[in-house]
Amino acid sequence: MNGEGWRIIAFTGGVAALATALILPPGIALAWLLARRRFPGKAFVETLVTLPLVMPPVATGLILLKLLGRRGPIGGFLYDRLHLDVVFTWRGVVVAMAVMSFPLLVRTARVAFERVDPLLEKTARTLGAGRFRVFFTVTLPLASGGVIGGALLAFARALGEFGATILVAGNIPGRTTTLALAIYQSVQLGEDGEALHLLGYAVALAFAAVWLSEAFLRRAAG
Amino acid sequence: MRASVLTLLLALGPAQSLPAQELNVFAAASLTDALQELAASYETAGGGRIALNLGASSTLARQIEEGAPADLFLSADEAKMEGLERKGLLLPGTRRSVLSNTLAVVVPAGSRLKIAAARDLAGPAVGRLALAEPRTVPAGIYAREYLVKQGLWERLAARVIPTENVRGALAAVESGNVEAGIVYKTDARISKQVKVAYEVPAAGGPKISYPFAVLAGSAHRNAALRFLAYLESPAGLAAFRRHGFLIVTG
Repeated sequence: MNGEGWRIIAFTGGVAALATALILPPGIALAWLLARRRFPGKAFVETLVTLPLVMPPVATGLILLKLLGRRGPIGGFLYDRLHLDVVFTWRGVVVAMAVMSFPLLVRTARVAFERVDPLLEKTARTLGAGRFRVFFTVTLPLASGGVIGGALLAFARALGEFGATILVAGNIPGRTTTLALAIYQSVQLGEDGEALHLLGYAVALAFAAVWLSEAFLRRAAG
Repeated sequence: MRASVLTLLLALGPAQSLPAQELNVFAAASLTDALQELAASYETAGGGRIALNLGASSTLARQIEEGAPADLFLSADEAKMEGLERKGLLLPGTRRSVLSNTLAVVVPAGSRLKIAAARDLAGPAVGRLALAEPRTVPAGIYAREYLVKQGLWERLAARVIPTENVRGALAAVESGNVEAGIVYKTDARISKQVKVAYEVPAAGGPKISYPFAVLAGSAHRNAALRFLAYLESPAGLAAFRRHGFLIVTG
Protein backbone atom coordinates (compact mmCIF):
# COMPACT_ATOMS: atom_id res chain seq x y z
CA MET A 1 0.00 0.00 0.00
CA ASN A 2 1.33 3.44 -0.92
CA GLY A 3 1.85 6.36 1.46
CA GLU A 4 -1.05 8.29 0.01
CA GLY A 5 -3.40 5.41 0.76
CA TRP A 6 -2.25 5.23 4.37
CA ARG A 7 -2.62 8.95 4.74
CA ILE A 8 -6.22 8.77 3.53
CA ILE A 9 -7.02 5.89 5.88
CA ALA A 10 -5.44 7.69 8.84
CA PHE A 11 -7.33 10.87 8.04
CA THR A 12 -10.65 9.04 7.58
CA GLY A 13 -10.20 7.06 10.79
CA GLY A 14 -9.17 10.22 12.65
CA VAL A 15 -12.11 12.38 11.60
CA ALA A 16 -14.56 9.47 12.09
CA ALA A 17 -13.21 8.91 15.61
CA LEU A 18 -13.46 12.62 16.37
CA ALA A 19 -17.03 12.73 15.05
CA THR A 20 -17.96 9.72 17.19
CA ALA A 21 -16.33 11.25 20.27
CA LEU A 22 -18.24 14.49 19.70
CA ILE A 23 -21.64 12.80 19.51
CA LEU A 24 -21.06 10.47 22.47
CA PRO A 25 -22.06 12.86 25.30
CA PRO A 26 -25.19 14.33 23.63
CA GLY A 27 -26.05 10.94 22.10
CA ILE A 28 -25.91 9.12 25.42
CA ALA A 29 -27.89 11.87 27.16
CA LEU A 30 -30.59 11.85 24.50
CA ALA A 31 -30.76 8.04 24.39
CA TRP A 32 -31.25 7.99 28.17
CA LEU A 33 -33.95 10.68 27.96
CA LEU A 34 -35.80 8.76 25.27
CA ALA A 35 -35.52 5.51 27.20
CA ARG A 36 -36.40 6.78 30.65
CA ARG A 37 -38.41 10.00 30.45
CA ARG A 38 -41.69 11.15 29.05
CA PHE A 39 -41.82 14.72 27.86
CA PRO A 40 -43.93 16.76 25.47
CA GLY A 41 -42.76 16.45 21.89
CA LYS A 42 -40.94 13.18 22.54
CA ALA A 43 -42.29 11.55 19.37
CA PHE A 44 -41.16 14.60 17.41
CA VAL A 45 -37.65 14.43 18.86
CA GLU A 46 -37.47 10.70 18.11
CA THR A 47 -38.47 11.28 14.51
CA LEU A 48 -36.11 14.22 14.09
CA VAL A 49 -33.15 12.22 15.41
CA THR A 50 -33.84 9.38 12.99
CA LEU A 51 -34.15 11.62 9.92
CA PRO A 52 -30.47 11.57 8.85
CA LEU A 53 -30.70 7.78 8.75
CA VAL A 54 -33.46 7.76 6.14
CA MET A 55 -33.16 11.08 4.32
CA PRO A 56 -30.97 11.21 1.22
CA PRO A 57 -27.49 12.00 2.61
CA VAL A 58 -27.15 14.82 0.10
CA ALA A 59 -30.33 16.38 1.50
CA THR A 60 -28.81 16.35 4.98
CA GLY A 61 -25.63 17.71 3.42
CA LEU A 62 -27.53 20.54 1.78
CA ILE A 63 -29.13 21.55 5.09
CA LEU A 64 -25.70 21.54 6.73
CA LEU A 65 -24.21 23.51 3.84
CA LYS A 66 -26.89 26.19 4.20
CA LEU A 67 -26.41 26.36 7.98
CA LEU A 68 -22.62 26.25 7.99
CA GLY A 69 -21.74 28.28 4.89
CA ARG A 70 -20.23 31.73 5.29
CA ARG A 71 -23.69 33.20 4.74
CA GLY A 72 -25.50 30.65 6.90
CA PRO A 73 -26.75 31.38 10.44
CA ILE A 74 -24.09 29.25 12.14
CA GLY A 75 -21.31 29.44 9.57
CA GLY A 76 -21.78 33.18 9.19
CA PHE A 77 -21.33 33.71 12.91
CA LEU A 78 -18.21 31.53 13.05
CA TYR A 79 -16.69 33.19 10.02
CA ASP A 80 -17.42 36.80 11.00
CA ARG A 81 -16.51 36.47 14.67
CA LEU A 82 -13.78 33.86 14.72
CA HIS A 83 -12.75 33.80 11.07
CA LEU A 84 -13.41 30.08 11.16
CA ASP A 85 -14.48 28.19 8.05
CA VAL A 86 -16.43 24.95 8.31
CA VAL A 87 -17.51 24.41 4.72
CA PHE A 88 -14.71 23.00 2.51
CA THR A 89 -12.53 22.15 5.52
CA TRP A 90 -11.87 19.07 7.67
CA ARG A 91 -14.30 20.52 10.22
CA GLY A 92 -17.02 20.11 7.62
CA VAL A 93 -16.09 16.43 7.28
CA VAL A 94 -16.40 15.97 11.05
CA VAL A 95 -19.79 17.71 11.22
CA ALA A 96 -21.20 15.75 8.27
CA MET A 97 -20.01 12.45 9.77
CA ALA A 98 -21.31 13.36 13.23
CA VAL A 99 -24.80 14.25 12.03
CA MET A 100 -25.06 11.23 9.77
CA SER A 101 -24.02 8.74 12.44
CA PHE A 102 -25.88 10.32 15.38
CA PRO A 103 -29.11 8.31 14.85
CA LEU A 104 -27.27 4.99 14.96
CA LEU A 105 -25.68 5.81 18.31
CA VAL A 106 -28.89 7.13 19.84
CA ARG A 107 -31.08 4.27 18.67
CA THR A 108 -28.67 1.58 19.81
CA ALA A 109 -27.88 3.21 23.15
CA ARG A 110 -31.56 3.79 23.81
CA VAL A 111 -32.32 0.08 23.51
CA ALA A 112 -29.43 -0.60 25.87
CA PHE A 113 -30.83 1.83 28.47
CA GLU A 114 -34.30 0.34 28.15
CA ARG A 115 -32.84 -3.07 29.00
CA VAL A 116 -31.48 -1.85 32.33
CA ASP A 117 -33.83 -2.92 35.12
CA PRO A 118 -35.31 0.27 36.67
CA LEU A 119 -35.52 -1.60 39.99
CA LEU A 120 -31.72 -1.57 40.26
CA GLU A 121 -31.70 2.19 39.76
CA LYS A 122 -34.46 2.63 42.33
CA THR A 123 -32.59 0.50 44.81
CA ALA A 124 -29.49 2.60 44.36
CA ARG A 125 -31.56 5.74 44.94
CA THR A 126 -33.08 4.33 48.16
CA LEU A 127 -29.55 3.56 49.32
CA GLY A 128 -28.86 7.27 49.06
CA ALA A 129 -27.16 7.70 45.68
CA GLY A 130 -27.95 10.87 43.72
CA ARG A 131 -29.30 10.81 40.17
CA PHE A 132 -25.92 11.38 38.57
CA ARG A 133 -24.21 8.82 40.76
CA VAL A 134 -26.89 6.26 39.88
CA PHE A 135 -26.47 7.01 36.19
CA PHE A 136 -22.68 6.72 36.23
CA THR A 137 -22.36 3.78 38.62
CA VAL A 138 -25.43 1.71 37.77
CA THR A 139 -27.22 2.64 34.53
CA LEU A 140 -24.25 3.42 32.25
CA PRO A 141 -22.11 0.41 33.31
CA LEU A 142 -25.07 -1.92 32.79
CA ALA A 143 -25.80 -0.43 29.39
CA SER A 144 -22.13 -0.11 28.38
CA GLY A 145 -22.17 -3.02 25.92
CA GLY A 146 -25.00 -1.44 23.96
CA VAL A 147 -23.53 2.04 24.17
CA ILE A 148 -20.12 0.89 22.92
CA GLY A 149 -21.80 -1.20 20.22
CA GLY A 150 -23.77 1.85 19.14
CA ALA A 151 -20.66 4.03 19.15
CA LEU A 152 -18.82 1.52 16.96
CA LEU A 153 -21.78 1.36 14.60
CA ALA A 154 -21.78 5.17 14.43
CA PHE A 155 -18.02 5.09 13.80
CA ALA A 156 -18.51 2.59 10.97
CA ARG A 157 -21.20 4.78 9.42
CA ALA A 158 -18.95 7.82 9.74
CA LEU A 159 -16.08 5.99 7.99
CA GLY A 160 -18.18 5.48 4.88
CA GLU A 161 -19.96 8.82 4.79
CA PHE A 162 -20.10 10.27 1.29
CA GLY A 163 -23.23 12.19 0.30
CA ALA A 164 -23.27 14.80 3.04
CA THR A 165 -19.47 15.07 3.15
CA ILE A 166 -19.00 15.89 -0.51
CA LEU A 167 -21.50 18.75 -0.24
CA VAL A 168 -20.26 20.22 3.02
CA ALA A 169 -16.53 19.59 2.77
CA GLY A 170 -15.97 19.06 -0.93
CA ASN A 171 -13.34 16.64 -2.16
CA ILE A 172 -10.08 18.49 -1.62
CA PRO A 173 -7.03 16.24 -1.97
CA GLY A 174 -4.97 16.15 1.21
CA ARG A 175 -7.50 18.22 3.15
CA THR A 176 -11.00 16.74 3.03
CA THR A 177 -10.61 13.61 0.94
CA THR A 178 -11.82 10.63 2.95
CA LEU A 179 -11.66 6.99 1.90
CA ALA A 180 -15.13 7.11 0.32
CA LEU A 181 -14.31 10.28 -1.61
CA ALA A 182 -10.94 8.90 -2.69
CA ILE A 183 -12.61 5.81 -4.14
CA TYR A 184 -15.00 8.02 -6.07
CA GLN A 185 -12.14 10.22 -7.23
CA SER A 186 -10.11 7.23 -8.45
CA VAL A 187 -13.06 5.99 -10.48
CA GLN A 188 -13.48 9.46 -11.98
CA LEU A 189 -9.81 9.52 -12.91
CA GLY A 190 -10.11 6.13 -14.55
CA GLU A 191 -7.74 4.62 -11.98
CA ASP A 192 -9.80 1.52 -11.33
CA GLY A 193 -6.85 -0.35 -9.86
CA GLU A 194 -6.37 2.30 -7.18
CA ALA A 195 -10.13 2.40 -6.58
CA LEU A 196 -10.27 -1.35 -6.01
CA HIS A 197 -7.24 -1.12 -3.77
CA LEU A 198 -8.96 1.49 -1.59
CA LEU A 199 -12.19 -0.49 -1.76
CA GLY A 200 -10.40 -3.41 -0.13
CA TYR A 201 -9.42 -1.24 2.82
CA ALA A 202 -12.90 0.20 3.09
CA VAL A 203 -14.39 -3.29 3.27
CA ALA A 204 -11.82 -4.41 5.87
CA LEU A 205 -12.39 -1.34 8.06
CA ALA A 206 -16.18 -1.56 7.87
CA PHE A 207 -16.09 -5.30 8.53
CA ALA A 208 -13.92 -4.88 11.61
CA ALA A 209 -16.06 -2.05 13.02
CA VAL A 210 -19.38 -3.84 12.49
CA TRP A 211 -17.98 -7.15 13.75
CA LEU A 212 -16.72 -5.51 16.95
CA SER A 213 -20.01 -3.65 17.34
CA GLU A 214 -21.96 -6.90 17.03
CA ALA A 215 -19.69 -8.54 19.59
CA PHE A 216 -20.47 -5.79 22.12
CA LEU A 217 -24.18 -5.84 21.34
CA ARG A 218 -24.30 -9.64 21.74
CA ARG A 219 -22.57 -9.35 25.07
CA ALA A 220 -25.05 -6.64 26.06
CA ALA A 221 -28.00 -8.81 25.06
CA GLY A 222 -26.63 -12.00 26.65
CA MET B 1 -48.60 -17.93 -11.52
CA ARG B 2 -48.31 -18.06 -15.28
CA ALA B 3 -51.12 -15.57 -15.63
CA SER B 4 -49.40 -13.11 -13.31
CA VAL B 5 -46.10 -13.43 -15.15
CA LEU B 6 -47.95 -12.71 -18.37
CA THR B 7 -49.64 -9.68 -16.85
CA LEU B 8 -46.28 -8.48 -15.67
CA LEU B 9 -44.79 -8.87 -19.13
CA LEU B 10 -47.70 -7.05 -20.69
CA ALA B 11 -47.33 -4.27 -18.19
CA LEU B 12 -43.62 -4.01 -18.89
CA GLY B 13 -44.01 -4.21 -22.66
CA PRO B 14 -45.00 -0.65 -23.51
CA ALA B 15 -42.71 0.80 -20.88
CA GLN B 16 -39.75 -0.97 -22.42
CA SER B 17 -40.49 0.25 -25.89
CA LEU B 18 -40.83 3.86 -24.77
CA PRO B 19 -37.12 4.65 -24.35
CA ALA B 20 -36.60 3.41 -27.90
CA GLN B 21 -38.07 6.66 -29.20
CA GLU B 22 -35.99 8.66 -26.78
CA LEU B 23 -32.51 9.89 -27.63
CA ASN B 24 -29.97 9.76 -24.81
CA VAL B 25 -27.72 12.78 -25.09
CA PHE B 26 -24.75 12.89 -22.71
CA ALA B 27 -23.56 16.47 -22.52
CA ALA B 28 -21.07 18.67 -20.69
CA ALA B 29 -22.60 20.58 -17.78
CA SER B 30 -21.67 23.92 -19.35
CA LEU B 31 -24.05 23.16 -22.25
CA THR B 32 -27.01 22.72 -19.87
CA ASP B 33 -29.05 25.85 -20.60
CA ALA B 34 -28.43 26.00 -24.33
CA LEU B 35 -29.25 22.31 -24.74
CA GLN B 36 -32.39 22.43 -22.63
CA GLU B 37 -33.64 25.18 -24.89
CA LEU B 38 -32.63 23.34 -28.07
CA ALA B 39 -34.05 19.99 -26.90
CA ALA B 40 -37.37 21.66 -26.10
CA SER B 41 -37.60 23.35 -29.49
CA TYR B 42 -36.55 20.12 -31.24
CA GLU B 43 -39.30 18.21 -29.43
CA THR B 44 -41.86 20.89 -30.21
CA ALA B 45 -40.89 20.69 -33.87
CA GLY B 46 -41.66 16.96 -33.75
CA GLY B 47 -38.06 15.82 -33.75
CA GLY B 48 -38.57 13.29 -30.92
CA ARG B 49 -37.83 13.09 -27.21
CA ILE B 50 -34.39 14.12 -26.01
CA ALA B 51 -33.18 12.83 -22.65
CA LEU B 52 -30.28 14.91 -21.40
CA ASN B 53 -27.66 13.46 -19.06
CA LEU B 54 -25.64 16.46 -17.97
CA GLY B 55 -22.42 16.37 -15.98
CA ALA B 56 -18.67 16.70 -16.14
CA SER B 57 -17.48 15.38 -19.51
CA SER B 58 -15.00 13.19 -17.63
CA THR B 59 -17.83 11.54 -15.67
CA LEU B 60 -19.92 11.09 -18.80
CA ALA B 61 -16.99 9.61 -20.73
CA ARG B 62 -16.49 7.12 -17.89
CA GLN B 63 -20.17 6.20 -17.99
CA ILE B 64 -19.96 5.65 -21.75
CA GLU B 65 -16.86 3.48 -21.34
CA GLU B 66 -18.76 1.38 -18.81
CA GLY B 67 -21.55 0.82 -21.31
CA ALA B 68 -24.09 3.52 -20.50
CA PRO B 69 -26.78 3.69 -23.23
CA ALA B 70 -25.70 6.98 -24.79
CA ASP B 71 -26.59 7.93 -28.36
CA LEU B 72 -24.78 11.22 -28.60
CA PHE B 73 -21.85 12.66 -26.63
CA LEU B 74 -21.24 16.41 -26.44
CA SER B 75 -17.94 16.84 -24.63
CA ALA B 76 -16.28 19.99 -23.32
CA ASP B 77 -12.81 18.88 -24.33
CA GLU B 78 -11.13 16.96 -27.09
CA ALA B 79 -9.20 14.68 -24.74
CA LYS B 80 -12.33 12.91 -23.46
CA MET B 81 -13.59 12.39 -27.01
CA GLU B 82 -10.13 11.25 -28.10
CA GLY B 83 -10.18 8.59 -25.39
CA LEU B 84 -13.51 7.23 -26.57
CA GLU B 85 -12.40 7.29 -30.19
CA ARG B 86 -9.27 5.31 -29.39
CA LYS B 87 -11.44 2.69 -27.71
CA GLY B 88 -13.58 2.47 -30.85
CA LEU B 89 -16.66 3.78 -29.09
CA LEU B 90 -17.50 6.51 -31.62
CA LEU B 91 -19.43 6.06 -34.83
CA PRO B 92 -16.68 6.77 -37.40
CA GLY B 93 -17.02 9.98 -39.34
CA THR B 94 -19.47 11.65 -36.95
CA ARG B 95 -17.01 13.53 -34.73
CA ARG B 96 -16.88 17.28 -35.24
CA SER B 97 -16.19 20.44 -33.21
CA VAL B 98 -18.20 23.58 -33.80
CA LEU B 99 -18.28 25.35 -30.44
CA SER B 100 -15.74 27.18 -28.37
CA ASN B 101 -15.81 29.16 -25.15
CA THR B 102 -13.65 31.39 -22.98
CA LEU B 103 -12.87 31.42 -19.27
CA ALA B 104 -13.94 34.02 -16.75
CA VAL B 105 -12.98 34.75 -13.15
CA VAL B 106 -16.18 35.18 -11.14
CA VAL B 107 -16.70 36.55 -7.64
CA PRO B 108 -19.85 36.74 -5.48
CA ALA B 109 -22.19 39.52 -6.67
CA GLY B 110 -21.58 41.64 -3.56
CA SER B 111 -17.81 41.18 -3.54
CA ARG B 112 -15.49 44.17 -3.68
CA LEU B 113 -12.62 42.09 -4.96
CA LYS B 114 -10.86 43.60 -7.98
CA ILE B 115 -9.17 41.33 -10.46
CA ALA B 116 -7.47 43.36 -13.15
CA ALA B 117 -5.19 40.56 -14.27
CA ALA B 118 -4.70 36.88 -13.57
CA ARG B 119 -1.87 37.59 -11.11
CA ASP B 120 -4.33 39.34 -8.80
CA LEU B 121 -5.72 35.89 -8.02
CA ALA B 122 -2.53 35.19 -6.13
CA GLY B 123 -3.18 38.10 -3.78
CA PRO B 124 -4.12 37.54 -0.14
CA ALA B 125 -7.78 38.46 -0.74
CA VAL B 126 -8.39 35.23 -2.63
CA GLY B 127 -8.27 32.66 0.17
CA ARG B 128 -10.16 30.04 -1.76
CA LEU B 129 -10.55 29.58 -5.49
CA ALA B 130 -13.24 27.24 -6.84
CA LEU B 131 -12.42 25.28 -9.98
CA ALA B 132 -13.96 22.24 -11.57
CA GLU B 133 -11.75 19.29 -10.53
CA PRO B 134 -8.49 20.28 -12.28
CA ARG B 135 -7.24 16.78 -13.04
CA THR B 136 -10.34 15.36 -14.68
CA VAL B 137 -13.05 17.87 -15.54
CA PRO B 138 -12.47 19.92 -18.73
CA ALA B 139 -13.30 23.33 -17.20
CA GLY B 140 -10.82 22.62 -14.40
CA ILE B 141 -8.17 21.35 -16.79
CA TYR B 142 -8.53 24.50 -18.92
CA ALA B 143 -8.35 26.73 -15.84
CA ARG B 144 -5.28 24.92 -14.57
CA GLU B 145 -3.65 25.11 -18.00
CA TYR B 146 -4.26 28.85 -17.99
CA LEU B 147 -2.89 29.34 -14.47
CA VAL B 148 0.18 27.23 -15.28
CA LYS B 149 0.81 29.37 -18.34
CA GLN B 150 0.52 32.48 -16.18
CA GLY B 151 3.02 31.00 -13.75
CA LEU B 152 0.45 31.07 -10.95
CA TRP B 153 -0.51 27.44 -10.49
CA GLU B 154 2.09 26.57 -7.87
CA ARG B 155 1.03 29.48 -5.70
CA LEU B 156 -2.67 28.84 -6.16
CA ALA B 157 -2.88 25.05 -6.02
CA ALA B 158 -3.27 24.99 -2.23
CA ARG B 159 -6.19 27.42 -2.38
CA VAL B 160 -8.15 25.45 -4.96
CA ILE B 161 -11.54 24.04 -4.01
CA PRO B 162 -12.20 21.40 -6.65
CA THR B 163 -15.81 20.75 -7.62
CA GLU B 164 -17.75 18.00 -9.35
CA ASN B 165 -18.25 19.98 -12.56
CA VAL B 166 -18.09 23.60 -13.72
CA ARG B 167 -21.55 24.39 -12.38
CA GLY B 168 -20.36 23.23 -8.96
CA ALA B 169 -17.62 25.88 -9.08
CA LEU B 170 -20.22 28.47 -10.03
CA ALA B 171 -22.44 27.37 -7.12
CA ALA B 172 -19.51 27.62 -4.69
CA VAL B 173 -18.97 31.24 -5.72
CA GLU B 174 -22.71 31.97 -5.53
CA SER B 175 -22.82 30.66 -1.96
CA GLY B 176 -20.05 33.05 -0.91
CA ASN B 177 -18.02 30.18 0.54
CA VAL B 178 -15.12 30.97 -1.78
CA GLU B 179 -13.74 34.36 -2.79
CA ALA B 180 -13.49 33.57 -6.48
CA GLY B 181 -13.84 30.86 -9.09
CA ILE B 182 -12.90 30.20 -12.67
CA VAL B 183 -15.72 29.05 -14.94
CA TYR B 184 -16.68 29.41 -18.57
CA LYS B 185 -17.93 32.82 -19.61
CA THR B 186 -21.20 31.13 -20.59
CA ASP B 187 -21.70 29.89 -17.01
CA ALA B 188 -20.96 33.31 -15.55
CA ARG B 189 -23.81 34.75 -17.61
CA ILE B 190 -26.52 32.51 -16.18
CA SER B 191 -26.13 33.55 -12.54
CA LYS B 192 -27.23 36.81 -10.98
CA GLN B 193 -25.42 35.93 -7.78
CA VAL B 194 -21.98 36.20 -9.31
CA LYS B 195 -20.24 38.84 -11.35
CA VAL B 196 -17.40 38.56 -13.79
CA ALA B 197 -14.29 40.09 -12.23
CA TYR B 198 -12.00 39.25 -15.09
CA GLU B 199 -12.51 37.82 -18.55
CA VAL B 200 -9.66 35.68 -19.79
CA PRO B 201 -8.93 36.97 -23.31
CA ALA B 202 -9.52 34.30 -25.94
CA ALA B 203 -6.02 34.85 -27.33
CA GLY B 204 -4.22 34.40 -24.01
CA GLY B 205 -6.43 31.59 -22.72
CA PRO B 206 -6.49 27.88 -23.39
CA LYS B 207 -7.97 26.60 -26.62
CA ILE B 208 -11.45 25.44 -25.65
CA SER B 209 -13.25 23.11 -27.99
CA TYR B 210 -16.51 21.14 -27.74
CA PRO B 211 -16.43 17.99 -29.84
CA PHE B 212 -19.71 16.21 -30.66
CA ALA B 213 -20.04 12.62 -31.87
CA VAL B 214 -22.56 9.81 -32.31
CA LEU B 215 -21.63 6.73 -30.32
CA ALA B 216 -20.94 3.39 -31.97
CA GLY B 217 -23.20 1.64 -29.47
CA SER B 218 -26.19 3.82 -30.30
CA ALA B 219 -29.32 1.93 -31.32
CA HIS B 220 -30.74 5.11 -32.85
CA ARG B 221 -27.99 6.33 -35.15
CA ASN B 222 -30.25 8.06 -37.61
CA ALA B 223 -32.15 9.89 -34.89
CA ALA B 224 -28.83 10.87 -33.29
CA LEU B 225 -27.50 12.20 -36.60
CA ARG B 226 -30.73 14.16 -37.10
CA PHE B 227 -30.41 15.86 -33.71
CA LEU B 228 -26.72 16.52 -34.35
CA ALA B 229 -27.64 18.18 -37.65
CA TYR B 230 -30.23 20.26 -35.82
CA LEU B 231 -27.60 21.46 -33.33
CA GLU B 232 -25.41 22.57 -36.24
CA SER B 233 -28.25 24.13 -38.22
CA PRO B 234 -28.39 27.95 -38.39
CA ALA B 235 -31.14 27.90 -35.72
CA GLY B 236 -29.06 25.64 -33.47
CA LEU B 237 -25.90 27.70 -33.82
CA ALA B 238 -27.87 30.89 -33.22
CA ALA B 239 -29.12 29.46 -29.91
CA PHE B 240 -25.57 28.53 -28.84
CA ARG B 241 -24.38 31.99 -29.83
CA ARG B 242 -27.18 33.57 -27.82
CA HIS B 243 -25.97 31.65 -24.78
CA GLY B 244 -22.51 33.10 -25.30
CA PHE B 245 -20.72 30.25 -27.06
CA LEU B 246 -18.28 30.98 -29.85
CA ILE B 247 -18.88 29.27 -33.16
CA VAL B 248 -15.80 27.78 -34.78
CA THR B 249 -15.99 28.21 -38.51
CA GLY B 250 -14.23 26.09 -41.07
